[in-house]
Amino acid sequence: MDILELQNLKKYYATQKAVDDISFSIPQGSIFGLLGPNGAGKTTLLRMITGIFYPDSGHILFEGKKFDPAKDVLKIGYMPEERGLYKKMKIGEQALYLARLKGMSRTDAEKKIKDWFVKFEMQSWWNKKVDDLSKGMSQKLQFVITVLHEPRLLILDEPFSGLDPVNSSLIKDEIFKLAQKGITIIFSTHRMEQVEEICDKIVLVNKGKKILDGSVKQIKHDCKENIFKVGFEEIPQPFENNVFEIINSKDNFLTVKINTGYNPAAVLQQFLTHNASIISFNEILPSLNDIFIKKVEDTKASRQFEKVF
Amino acid sequence: MNKVWLVIKREYLTRVRNKTFILSTILLPLFFVGFIVASAYFSIKSVEKQKIAVRDDNGIFKSSFQSDKVITYEFPSDVNVNNFKQKGYSAFLQIPNEYNSAQDSISLISEKQLGVTAEEKVRDQINAAIRNKAFLENNINKKVLDSINGIDEEQLYNFSTVIKQGDKTSKSNSGLSYGIGFGSGILIYMTLFIYGAAVMRGVMEEKMNRIAEVIISSVRPFQLMMGKIIGIAAVGITQLLIWIVLIVGLSSIVSASISHDMLQNAQIANGSMGSAANNSAALSFLNTKNEVLQAPWGLIIPCFLFYFIGGYLFYASLFAAVGSVVNEDPQEAQSLMLPITMPIILSFIIMTTAAGKPDAPLSVWGSMIPFSSPIVMMARIPSGSVPLWQIAVSMISLIAGFILTTMLAAKIYRTGILLYGKKVTFREMGRWLFRKS
Repeated sequence: MDILELQNLKKYYATQKAVDDISFSIPQGSIFGLLGPNGAGKTTLLRMITGIFYPDSGHILFEGKKFDPAKDVLKIGYMPEERGLYKKMKIGEQALYLARLKGMSRTDAEKKIKDWFVKFEMQSWWNKKVDDLSKGMSQKLQFVITVLHEPRLLILDEPFSGLDPVNSSLIKDEIFKLAQKGITIIFSTHRMEQVEEICDKIVLVNKGKKILDGSVKQIKHDCKENIFKVGFEEIPQPFENNVFEIINSKDNFLTVKINTGYNPAAVLQQFLTHNASIISFNEILPSLNDIFIKKVEDTKASRQFEKVF
Repeated sequence: MNKVWLVIKREYLTRVRNKTFILSTILLPLFFVGFIVASAYFSIKSVEKQKIAVRDDNGIFKSSFQSDKVITYEFPSDVNVNNFKQKGYSAFLQIPNEYNSAQDSISLISEKQLGVTAEEKVRDQINAAIRNKAFLENNINKKVLDSINGIDEEQLYNFSTVIKQGDKTSKSNSGLSYGIGFGSGILIYMTLFIYGAAVMRGVMEEKMNRIAEVIISSVRPFQLMMGKIIGIAAVGITQLLIWIVLIVGLSSIVSASISHDMLQNAQIANGSMGSAANNSAALSFLNTKNEVLQAPWGLIIPCFLFYFIGGYLFYASLFAAVGSVVNEDPQEAQSLMLPITMPIILSFIIMTTAAGKPDAPLSVWGSMIPFSSPIVMMARIPSGSVPLWQIAVSMISLIAGFILTTMLAAKIYRTGILLYGKKVTFREMGRWLFRKS
């Protein structure tokens, strides 16, 4: 079942089509990556999903029903890219206040906050102010505040920025644990190695339009360019052929691109007829990073201001 | 509704627990009463009796000069221009031997200035003496003259001003109602700025800390704005009540501990010494509390509360809208605030007229139009001459006014609060106003 379904969402500003007819769906319990360059419309999209903005047209279905911001935002946890906390307010009180705004009762909220503070070793923070925290510490606090009310849908915009590797993996583990409990996670970032590691499914948007949609595996497969890495005991002498082109040669490896109309077996055959001593033969799938750059460069990366109305 | 309540509670508690709030709430009345007590104390301390030696060889003035509590006249024969100081006199008044006409000059000689009022008093004495002399020279019986001079105006008639409206008559005290009207006008003017700016700073803080987006993902922007406005209103009312209680309490303790006689002495001394006006104002503040109690407080206090809250609500949402479009630059806030501060300052100017002339057309109109009515109407009400229908119209238009400004401001606020790092022009804000949600 899909927890969230977007149908032909549009949101136009005076000079930009921030979101221009985007549709996709997010399966319950998956970790979903929302990717795109700066200014692609990700934040606007997320703000519509969190009920901050109303779409100009199109529909949002939440758990199969029409999205009702007043009620459904309580089931959503949103950590915006721009971190925000009251600098002068005590941390414990602040967490309590934000949890109660999400509809939790006082005792319930207090208990949950204490549990999370123990888990993240933050017990001594209760009476401190945000001013006293480092950037990484306030990042952890922000994460705790976002997940306190046990949302069904968790939206994290660049959750690892400003975190050291230890805290990064701490939060990454929590994200996996939450996903195992059936919580759906939308993960918005430009850091592709994290996406490859974490996400099941991704959507790539640029200039307000969706340009890719699918599982990470599927997308990599779709975007592959028939490149193989061949390992030898000794690099063979170059020879003329129309099956493949050598695009790189390093140590005992050759990277080859198969020409259209041929298959990997034909490549092997060519090497074998030239008595090359092959020890390995692997397909090189493009990294998401490469796909991202290629797809974004196809459309013009930076937005131009245009007249919409 | 529950969420608005949470926002109100947070806004109220964080402000009330703030050290600056506690200090300013307690210190302001202390300063106010302390200032009055200090100036009263110094004016009582500075009562200095003057002794003036008069050289009047012909004895024209001797019988007429009358010493009072502060100035004593003596007529010693062994005192002259050079030795009056040694003999213990503060001044020497020399009258020529053959005093007869304007050509003969009378001179008052002293080391230090006696002050304008003291000089006036001495001249009054001289004038009275010359007039008496003239009466006597023109065959007016001394007895008749004395009895005319002895007339006390207050024993002959009692002067009062009465306001008559249809069947209703009321005693009026225009000085008092001017004072109360002006005072409450200024108080509303100040609180509009103090608490309006507090709303603006609060909104700016939320925008700059980027917490607005976190909160708006659980609360509607309108709820957040109203929670802040109401929370700060509650802070304002708390502060105002504490101020009133402290000022009234402290000043009654002080005026009870200073005897009435001492105050009167000090007042006479102040008059004769011509000292700074604020000293006598301070004394009359301590002295005239009884008179103040006669003002129509039953009407003034409820109206004050209404116009305080109504005026605040009218402007607070506008301040919130300005706070929401400001970025880091404080100068930007200054220029964006101009359209809000202008009408407040204009109302203050109208108010200065309205306190003195409560029924002038400018005052009447100013007290009906919502943007100026909170300040101007409060200046008119203490006079007791404002018809009830005018108060009703003014109140209804103020309520309609703040509903309208809140609705318009909410539209700007909703967009502005999430717009980072972009300078917003008035034209753009205008467009936000007319955009459907």
